[in-house]
Amino acid sequence: MAKHIGASAFAILLALTGPALAAKDTLSLGMVLEPPHLDPTAGAAAAIREVVYANIFEGLTRIDAKGEVQPGLAESWTVSPDGLTYTFKLRANAAFHDGTKFDCGIVKFSYERAVAADSVNAQKGFFEPIVSTACPDPATAVVTLKRPTGLFLFNMGMGDAAMVAPNTAATNKANPVGTGPFVFKRWVKGDRVELERNASYWGKAPALRAVTFRFIADPSAAAAAVFAGDIDGFANFPAPETLDRLRGDKNFAVVIGTTEGKTILALNNTRKPFTDIRVRRALAHAIDRKMLIEALSGYGAPIGSHFIPTDPGAVDLVGVYPPDLAKAKALLAEAGIAPGTEITIKLPPPGYARRGGEVIAAMLEQVGLRAKLVPVEWAQWLDQVFKNSDFDATIISHVEPHDLDIYARDKYYFNYNSDAYRSLYKSYVEATDPAKQLDLVGQLQRKLTDDLPNVFLYALPKIGVWNAKLKGMWTNSPIAANDVTGVSWAE
Amino acid sequence: MNSAFLVRRLAGLLATLFAASVVVFTVMSVLPGDPASLMLGTGAREDTLAAMRHQMGLDRPAVWRYFGWIGGLLVGRLGTSYTYDVPVAELVAARAVVSLPLAVLAILLSTAIALPVGVTAARFRGRVADTLLMGAAQAGVAMPNFWLGLLLILLFSVGLGWLPASGFPGWEAGVWPALRTLILPAVALALPQAAILARVTRSAVLETLGQDYVRTARAKGVSERVALWRHAVRNALIPVVTIIGLQFSFLMAGTVIIENVFTLPGLGRLMFQSIAQRDLIVVQDLVVLLAGSVIVVNFLVDLAYMALDPRIAAGR
Repeated sequence: MAKHIGASAFAILLALTGPALAAKDTLSLGMVLEPPHLDPTAGAAAAIREVVYANIFEGLTRIDAKGEVQPGLAESWTVSPDGLTYTFKLRANAAFHDGTKFDCGIVKFSYERAVAADSVNAQKGFFEPIVSTACPDPATAVVTLKRPTGLFLFNMGMGDAAMVAPNTAATNKANPVGTGPFVFKRWVKGDRVELERNASYWGKAPALRAVTFRFIADPSAAAAAVFAGDIDGFANFPAPETLDRLRGDKNFAVVIGTTEGKTILALNNTRKPFTDIRVRRALAHAIDRKMLIEALSGYGAPIGSHFIPTDPGAVDLVGVYPPDLAKAKALLAEAGIAPGTEITIKLPPPGYARRGGEVIAAMLEQVGLRAKLVPVEWAQWLDQVFKNSDFDATIISHVEPHDLDIYARDKYYFNYNSDAYRSLYKSYVEATDPAKQLDLVGQLQRKLTDDLPNVFLYALPKIGVWNAKLKGMWTNSPIAANDVTGVSWAE
Repeated sequence: MNSAFLVRRLAGLLATLFAASVVVFTVMSVLPGDPASLMLGTGAREDTLAAMRHQMGLDRPAVWRYFGWIGGLLVGRLGTSYTYDVPVAELVAARAVVSLPLAVLAILLSTAIALPVGVTAARFRGRVADTLLMGAAQAGVAMPNFWLGLLLILLFSVGLGWLPASGFPGWEAGVWPALRTLILPAVALALPQAAILARVTRSAVLETLGQDYVRTARAKGVSERVALWRHAVRNALIPVVTIIGLQFSFLMAGTVIIENVFTLPGLGRLMFQSIAQRDLIVVQDLVVLLAGSVIVVNFLVDLAYMALDPRIAAGR
């Protein structure tokens, strides 16, 4: 409600001034959520990565703005023909902010720490294929795997695989010490994190001298902070209703990109009536994805499978289940679903779920299904839906990149269970030939569209709003990050 | 002063505090949601979750955890936040230096507005001044403070550019830079509170103005001014002080919406975030601290009663 009033208040009252120009070598970026702490190897929150990724912490590889793997603390690598041995050549002059030298011992420590029995790494699974990390010399790391792992280099570029030093690893949550071009300065909890340029960075020095991440949760407050020039912008702007105003102002750049957020209507495949594929397909025909996107922010691309349309290997399957109320009703009748049947949709806090739920409920009403909407907070969602599969349906965005594996797991909250998919997925991860990988990734998408365990809705957009003079901000969000190492101000 | 009255009040207050600690601990324990899985997200494996629970101390029995916590509180140890991994005392102190000045500022402002308005309205009951002031107060009561906050931002930050729209630079940035970020939120909080307080003041003063002793005072020939301020207003202050005490308690923790609108790192937002993050230890500590502060404020209000009305101190 605050948001709506805020938006209309803006529409009525905004007669305003351009934003004040910040000094040319500092940057103040807004973020909606504050990170719980600043150690990417001990928590899953995207907000951690949005502060520290590439700025403070670096891994052997890094993911660039296009989602491609680039050299990081490893300047190059070779992979053995069987796909089991990775030999990394490490940067000779890299060091941590406290002076600790970076070498193969650090790589060994970081990877072994991530799989240790007491590890709290949110993606421990990334490291599970590693058999050993050997150090023939300080500048070479040889990582041996149990089995070929197609995504290994990508995964080692994620924040979870950041290099950490033995003497600072335990205190990185409150005082992160990495090898990156920015040094942690301070964190005013509830308000902002401040970073400073690392004077002794091993690579190209960043253009920015100081970077501040400000945490502004309220959409109206976020819009006000941008309009008033308190901050230079938002990589993920939370108030799409003010975009028209921003577009009309030449001081601001409004940049719409993509994220890895696959937004789905997840269905409990072991609970009636969703055990019946005709019912699941009926839902897909009943939901008009274009109209749903229009009703939310107006941005984002429809998806036909659990895959982002702009990612390599994407197959366009959006047209497989076109909006068709008659067909949806026929399928439901065929499955013996009486008009007026009630289903419960649990809705976590984000707007795509809460507002999306209302739109979807109205669409399901048209084919005779009564949707009961139950708002839940994150903790409840994780407990009831994710952990205990206690749900009929839910709306959720899966933001992890390359996560087709969730459909291959033995037990995952939506209870999809297909041995055919599992064996297909196994051949995909073990494939080392890129062409074969692409072919298999296409087959996986088709299989999901065909079995339709969930209704695939749309890819969450990345709505960027920032000062028009700012250069080098990421358009898309292939991983959770605000990599500002390449950001600068135009003259 | 009647010391038995004070002792009785204090004992009641301590019992309240203890009850609050049991209630909040129980509620937080039965609330669905696992702090470890909130921290580690949907990709975490079972063994990782178990390691995180162990790190957080959640693998110990609830009774053990309660006594560990309450025992720590008794010796002044608030514990360590699950999520931020810093001492809770540090977190609370950092937020209190925002919330406390904001609450004080808002209450001073609201009292400074409400008392003259309420007394004036009572003095000119039924006349134009009364109608205008109470009309304004009616609008003030009806106005949600977050909406007022947004209007203030639009006018003073976005439009005129006089004051920042959001954020708090910290007191180390200097008194004025810090204080100026608190002005708009204090006004947004104070105006609706002032409206309520003005109405209470008006009716309380009207009631005392009709009392015999005021008539007697007038009959003795004191000026209307003295009759109003010394006899009527002073005796009308008890309900007014009660409302001020309630409002102050509200302002300590109930400002989460205004803190969101102005992005201030105050106690209300800390509480809100901690509940959402299931940072159990922070929530528990905050509830006990806030209950404690409400109790202290109530106690001060009681003391004020005694100062205002000697009959209460005498136990009559």
